[in-house]
Amino acid sequence: MAGKTLYDKLWESHVVREESDGTCLLYIDRHLMHEVTSPQAFEGLRLAGRRAWRSSSIVANPDHNTPTDDWDKGIKDPISRLQVETLDANIKEFGALVYFPFKHANQGIIHVIGPENGTTLPGMTVVCGDSHTSTHGAFGALAHGIGTSEVEHVLATQTLVTKRAKSMLVKVDGQLGNSITAKDVALAVIGRIGTAGGTGYAIEFGGAAIRGLSIEGRMTLCNMAIEAGARAGLVAPDEKTVEYLKGRQFAPKGTDWEKAVAYWATLKSDPDARFDAVVELDAGVIEPQVTWGTSPEQVLSVHGHVPNPANEPDLQKRGGIELALKYMGLAADTPISEIRVDKVFIGSCANSRIEDLRAAAKVVEGRKKAVSVKLVLVVPGSGVVKRQAEAEGLDRVFVEAGFEWREPGCSMCLAMNADRLEPGERCASTSNRNFEGRQGSGGRTHLVSPQMAAAAAIAGHFVDVRTAF
Amino acid sequence: MKAFRYLNGLVCPLDRANVDTDAIIPKQFLKSIKRSGFGPFLFDEWRYADHGEPDMDCTQRPLRQDFVLNLPRYKGAQVLLARDNFGCGSSREHAPWAIEDYGFQVVIAPSFADIFFGNCYKNGILPIVLPGATVDKLFAECVATEGYRLSVDLESQTVVAPSGSPSLSTFRCIASTAC
Repeated sequence: MAGKTLYDKLWESHVVREESDGTCLLYIDRHLMHEVTSPQAFEGLRLAGRRAWRSSSIVANPDHNTPTDDWDKGIKDPISRLQVETLDANIKEFGALVYFPFKHANQGIIHVIGPENGTTLPGMTVVCGDSHTSTHGAFGALAHGIGTSEVEHVLATQTLVTKRAKSMLVKVDGQLGNSITAKDVALAVIGRIGTAGGTGYAIEFGGAAIRGLSIEGRMTLCNMAIEAGARAGLVAPDEKTVEYLKGRQFAPKGTDWEKAVAYWATLKSDPDARFDAVVELDAGVIEPQVTWGTSPEQVLSVHGHVPNPANEPDLQKRGGIELALKYMGLAADTPISEIRVDKVFIGSCANSRIEDLRAAAKVVEGRKKAVSVKLVLVVPGSGVVKRQAEAEGLDRVFVEAGFEWREPGCSMCLAMNADRLEPGERCASTSNRNFEGRQGSGGRTHLVSPQMAAAAAIAGHFVDVRTAF
Repeated sequence: MKAFRYLNGLVCPLDRANVDTDAIIPKQFLKSIKRSGFGPFLFDEWRYADHGEPDMDCTQRPLRQDFVLNLPRYKGAQVLLARDNFGCGSSREHAPWAIEDYGFQVVIAPSFADIFFGNCYKNGILPIVLPGATVDKLFAECVATEGYRLSVDLESQTVVAPSGSPSLSTFRCIASTAC
């Protein structure tokens, strides 16, 4: 019998019941919540007269609607304010292990604060009414984005009704080049397998280049697994994971810690485990990636040229390229490096952690934003990240370059607050989605790493951060 | 949520791949704390020429006349015919809420994104996966035939095109020309 994959081990340790058709009831250890996808779930609970089954599994905070400036003025948009206040009221009524209300010193993007305070641990099942829950797979936790009906189901029963996914190994061997980041790896993988390439799969990332990534880099990579269509992204925990978690507020302590570390060491795919699909990439050939279209799979090296639909024989794909070029306001065959940007966004659950900000600041130090760039927003992922960055003087580097240093939140990743692109504006963004209108109606998004975003802010157009300055 | 065992519905063809949940229901409408009322804002940016905001009276808004949902021949459609990877992107259940509230009960595509696919079942929308070649043919027939309808029989799990006859199979498309 073949060995087990990491996914098999996580899955099997949480199955409560399995039906003959493969439908399973999966126990959920950690329930992350934010204000957008939870109000209807709490309302459903209330209407049915139910309580939360295990409120100590809940870690919550508002992040999508919260402003990133003028916190003293509160939330101006009354509809946004109501949604945030509704979360306050629901948590007060139903309870939570951790709740950071708007303006709390530790408030931030839910996918940043979970790992930060040790409420995300290896071996857990983690859910959230948010597709980027895949982020937490970086710890060897099985983390799924779920819909609001499922949020209600987890609140009421602490279980999820689901079926087992297929397993895919994405193996990235070799060594990443200088200034090549987890974001570039993620975009290169999506460029290879497509945004539906991972549909129906849980992707485990392995290989020397993945083991070489920091925990924060692994979070970036797993965050983007959903952009490949995957049900979950996973990286097996190792000594870096243990080191990252040690001493965090909700990490186990004393003998519990020793037991946990011993258990986490078993959370890896067996050498003879069989995957349903294997994709291999050579880390050494990955160059800085820039998306040119309206899907994360429409991605190229910074040295590439925007594709010409005339060269695409498949009519469906040709039509897709034409639609994307029209929306993006790009001519076929334009060199990526000639694309000029109006705004730059450094933030989001993909890239707003301290390492991301350090990497961006290193590019920016001693330089100024290009005059043609209207706005550069730097939005830390949490209050903890913000204070750490300020202690290191990163905020001053950004402000001296003409960037804006903001309060934490989701911000212009999806523009539910006031941070947004105006129609036709073009943005270099460290976020995870370049869909039409994602950063504001009519806005045009190019996904890049923090280093590449910082470099575009300085140059006014995309440049290869390795050689530009 | 409307239950059905058998549906014979007008088909609306949305001919683009990777339709994401931001396109299905843009973010400004996610601020609602209710589950209803999203239908008028379905595909908001493709459907209207102005910028939509919650609580707008959509009957007064300028339409993009070339968007398929706005063509008179597809008014009242209950079956949405779509392309690969429909519903990709975020986990927002507001996407199926909007599709259902608009009046669609069935979405047919060669493939769906996982979270959206699961969310459909929670809201009485039937997502049906059919082979790409079959979907190609349904698109061609639908565009060529005004008033094109498909029958969906839940109990026998069949989709029946106008020219076909039903038989028992797991969501197999039955029609002489389309399958």
